[in-house]
Amino acid sequence: MTTPGIESAESQQPLAPLDLTVGPVLYHWPRATLLDFYAGVADSPARTVVLGEVVCARRRELRLPDWLALGRELQRAGKQVVLATQALVETEADLRLIEHQAEQSEFAVEAGDASALQLLAGRVPLVLGPHLNIYSQQALLEHADLGATRWVAPVELALDAVARINPPTAPVLGAGGQPLQTEVWAFGRVPLSFSVRCFTARHHGVAKDSCGFVCLSDADGLAMNSSDGAPFLVLNGTQTQSAAVQCLLGDASALRAAGVNSLRLSPCARGFLQVLRDFDAVLHQQGAADPVMVAWPALGVPGPYGNGYARHQPGMAWSET
Amino acid sequence: MSHDLRIPQLVCPAGSLRALHSAVDAGADAVYLGLKDATNARNFAGLNFDDAQVRDGVAHAHGRGAEVLMALNTFADAHDPSPWFRAADKAVALGADALIVADSAVMAWCRRQHPQLRLHLSVQASATSHAAIEFYRSRYGIQRAVLPRVLTLQQVAQVVRQSSIDIEVFGFGSLCVMVEGRCTLSSWVTGQSPNNAGVCSPASAVRWNEQADGSVDARLGGVLIDRYGASEARGYPTLCKGRFEVNGRREYALEEPTSLDTMELLPQLMAIGVAAIKIEGRQRSAAYVGQVTRAWRSAIDRAAADPKGFAPAAAETAVLASHAEGQRHTLGAYERPWR
Repeated sequence: MTTPGIESAESQQPLAPLDLTVGPVLYHWPRATLLDFYAGVADSPARTVVLGEVVCARRRELRLPDWLALGRELQRAGKQVVLATQALVETEADLRLIEHQAEQSEFAVEAGDASALQLLAGRVPLVLGPHLNIYSQQALLEHADLGATRWVAPVELALDAVARINPPTAPVLGAGGQPLQTEVWAFGRVPLSFSVRCFTARHHGVAKDSCGFVCLSDADGLAMNSSDGAPFLVLNGTQTQSAAVQCLLGDASALRAAGVNSLRLSPCARGFLQVLRDFDAVLHQQGAADPVMVAWPALGVPGPYGNGYARHQPGMAWSET
Repeated sequence: MSHDLRIPQLVCPAGSLRALHSAVDAGADAVYLGLKDATNARNFAGLNFDDAQVRDGVAHAHGRGAEVLMALNTFADAHDPSPWFRAADKAVALGADALIVADSAVMAWCRRQHPQLRLHLSVQASATSHAAIEFYRSRYGIQRAVLPRVLTLQQVAQVVRQSSIDIEVFGFGSLCVMVEGRCTLSSWVTGQSPNNAGVCSPASAVRWNEQADGSVDARLGGVLIDRYGASEARGYPTLCKGRFEVNGRREYALEEPTSLDTMELLPQLMAIGVAAIKIEGRQRSAAYVGQVTRAWRSAIDRAAADPKGFAPAAAETAVLASHAEGQRHTLGAYERPWR
């Protein structure tokens, strides 16, 4: 997977930067928790922060004006800010929210589905979100000329496929003829599916439209184990996630060889700022991954770990790096 | 009122030439089929068509006034997308009436190479709003969109009203509780998913283990999906239809094994202006296809003649019930009692 050209470049020069992106908070956190969290992110090594509610339209602890205000604060702290659209668009209200995101001119917007592509194309700098089905270079080319600046690869893509789709040596050109940046899901529970049905409400025996926001008490989602008690998936409202945290901290050279420019770290309720600092240290000061990962469970970071998708294996598989 | 009704096309599954004959002979307006490879979302051993079979199937269908739609609804592989492009070329060469597509790469190829080819947007493209459909229509000339099985009747009506192209909905068959084209649960466990391999919960990853007490474990990729008591009926361990533990309670946490059946909604679907109703089940037998097609043909014909007086006939209901997963039916998202 590593090309000779890349290896020699690494040996002569400082390591190519792998920027850190804080993905949108996928859980239903109270307003104060969200504001505290982003105050911490402002002082973190993250370069980019993606803001917005992408899972459930009923979650409104922060609304668009709040997200915009938060975005400005993070921008003042030196962060690049991206607004994210909802992953599953069903209603006219959902479409109106995307329209409002398209009308603002302060931030780039990450498209969560084809509705967003239709409403955002050519109007704002566009990030191609991880839930768009871009599985080949031909598909990426189809999306690049919508004004795209960055592509977040689908979660199930292996790194060698990522390199084929947006090759480091001849990247696909996006908005303004600039090379399209590649981002991959490098830390966090993986969003594996979306439904209109809320599985959290279903578990609690309440209707979706009068759910009482029961998911507010699941800061890292609601664990769903197999019948023999093994952690398997996590219910997060209409989204179903892996219980295991995908972690590519030990894959720095493979990530660089695949032309990856930034790593998406998906927030968890506890220990996340330390995870950010650890990624920064390991990636840019050539630290070792294993010792820092061993320390994470004590901080409350969820586990176990998986890195199979990057290697053409089941996503839940874990290989020591 | 009846002048406002649109009589929907009945679109039936063909996993084999025999099933295609059954569907056409039982009154399908169109059949859909796929090639024997990963370019379609029912990439199962022993299923689907080689070139000669497509040619035979097209001749049989066209001879009886039915259309043949080819499903090319997985995503072209990063390492070698050419099988997807060749499949599109074949659809044209073999006389298919339309291609059912999900991948923008495939759509772009078709626009460039086969501008006359009719394109239907597959359910795997996950278009859940009129804006999403318009994206594919304006860029690729899509002429019909198949809606994911997640919208309510009211939302379907809204999409039909605001779209300039035909809308197809699912009428009967297995039910995905997740939005089609946006589910990688299967690859998380097995490495293979609908998007990357045209399969979900593949049989090659299933293991059955009988325990000493007579209970049976069904595992997928090593994960315990369900555990059946000695006397309990067993279902196939489709990942989202197993029993799991949440807060110490064992339950069907995602979806119970059940099938979609919207026959009683036919007059409403017709009033909404749905252009086509799709029957799921390319993996099912020719007998299933024949019986289900016959029931739906007669129901659509009766609903068209007398929408106000329409109700599914007992014989139709019985046929559909006998083919339902877990022998149970639901109106799925169309009704959404859980909302």
